[in-house]
Amino acid sequence: MRLERTIRDLFGLVPVGLPDERPWLDHCRWGVRHPLGDRGEPEPHGPDYPFLPAEGESLHQIPVGPVHAGIIEPGHFRFTANGETVVRLEERLGYVHKGIEGLMTGADLERAARLAGRTSGDSTVAYALAFARAAEAALGIEAPPRAHWLRALMAELERLANHFGDIGAICNDAAFALMHAHMGVLRERVLRAAADCFGHRLMRDGVVSGGVSVDLTADGPAVIADLLVNIRHRFPALIELYDNTASLLDRTVATGILKPDLARRYGAGGFLGRASGRDFDARRQPGYPPYDRLTFDVPVREDGDVNARVWIRIREVEQSLSVVDQLLAGVPAGPLRVDLPQRTGEGMSLVEGFRGDVLVWLRLDAEARVARCHLRDPSWFQWPLLEAAIEGNIVADFPLCNKSFNCSYSGHDL
Amino acid sequence: MRDLLFRNLLRTPLTEPPPDRDDRAVAELAAVVDRAARRRLGRSLAIRQVDAGSCNGCELEIHALNNAYYDLERFGLRFIASPRHADVLLVTGPVTKNMRVALERTYAATPDPKWVIAVGDCARDGGCFAGSYAVVGGVAAVVPVDLHVPGCPPEPVDILRGLIAVLEQASEAVRTP
Repeated sequence: MRLERTIRDLFGLVPVGLPDERPWLDHCRWGVRHPLGDRGEPEPHGPDYPFLPAEGESLHQIPVGPVHAGIIEPGHFRFTANGETVVRLEERLGYVHKGIEGLMTGADLERAARLAGRTSGDSTVAYALAFARAAEAALGIEAPPRAHWLRALMAELERLANHFGDIGAICNDAAFALMHAHMGVLRERVLRAAADCFGHRLMRDGVVSGGVSVDLTADGPAVIADLLVNIRHRFPALIELYDNTASLLDRTVATGILKPDLARRYGAGGFLGRASGRDFDARRQPGYPPYDRLTFDVPVREDGDVNARVWIRIREVEQSLSVVDQLLAGVPAGPLRVDLPQRTGEGMSLVEGFRGDVLVWLRLDAEARVARCHLRDPSWFQWPLLEAAIEGNIVADFPLCNKSFNCSYSGHDL
Repeated sequence: MRDLLFRNLLRTPLTEPPPDRDDRAVAELAAVVDRAARRRLGRSLAIRQVDAGSCNGCELEIHALNNAYYDLERFGLRFIASPRHADVLLVTGPVTKNMRVALERTYAATPDPKWVIAVGDCARDGGCFAGSYAVVGGVAAVVPVDLHVPGCPPEPVDILRGLIAVLEQASEAVRTP
């Protein structure tokens, strides 16, 4: 429903029979209505936003945000609680709406790729890759083999860094700081290796339409091999620590359960869907090079609680380590990018970021400039599920549940 | 857990020596920090981070300041939850129109003396998002900025350099009254 509300906010197209008439990304502060459609004067009504009611004895509301207590993106959460128990959570997002799709229109491929890579900073490689693949599909070209392999290498390093950060942060939200400290070290090592290999800690703007903009440095393979040895040396002991700390498991097991049926109905991607029985990974289905030539498992669990989401991440780290091994062993020599033809076209791609499947659709005009582009973050189908998963849990477990979902605010708000 | 803790007691720490302060940043700050303000703060700053519209890249690197390599707290710098007891607002992102009021209110809730550090290329002038219908522009378009740390995102060591420069400015009066 939020996608439909967004379409109305941005384009002015009115969905027929939409049960929720409230605006979503439009907070009545842009000074313009329907910025991507027939622009009009802003809505005369003020920024008041009616939250859905929850009625009953001794219920109270807790408003949180948009500025949160930690180093985190902005968004508003409206809890209705009965004592400690959450009866209803309603999210209000859109605070970091930057108008990316508006800026895309008319941009050349280079600028558009930079914008795509800044849609959600933690998935900058995944977004750049999804955009590049959509542009290549529109232009009818294929990136050279070496570019495919280096792109995958960047994508897996990004996945590793984010999973380490997440596992540590989830434990930290259960007041287990030791895990956070150790995972922080692993994450930092991955980022430093990425900087040594590709010249940027987050590997920003490394993937471009037609190939990659940077080659693996001469000592890159040795740096990554060293990194893998280090991770394989330290990671298992930390997993054992997680699995043997009863006070930590007491917080994560059976907390924030997302039922498989809901995950399927919403098409939830990434670790969220896979922890709730949804066996989907865009690297395998529809698949894209070079993953069609690599062997890896897609871990799936059915229990759907915070603990399951931690374990899916742990298993994915192990799979990523194996994928990086295979990538290092098989990276072919050859050119890094191909020239881009100037022609019109339409293309779409689906890429597995660490959070889930990133979809990019675009249409190019005759000079290969972006006529229209839509970037769909996996968070669109994950944010609503957080509202369902938190129901019946205590307020104090919200940070834990939220972190285990780790949805993107910026990727969702665009 | 005990084994892990003991093993780490025997290992040398991962924490790296602090970077030199950023002299450009010191010059930028010298103009705005008055002596009385410095005396009151001593060598400790409480930082409140505000994301005013960033892509979350800057947040990742600000987070990294807390890891064992950069260990921010050894400088007396720490992140806190409320602007009510903050000395520094660390603001990222182009300020979106939807976040403008929240940023203004956070600034108003922070007691004087206070500094605002704008982190990242977007925070200077909106970066690649400048000109959008949904973006106001840089942080300085909404609240007064004392120091800007460039980068997309800036590396943790760059952010640390800027913070140390603020700290030294704040404590100079204590050392040389």
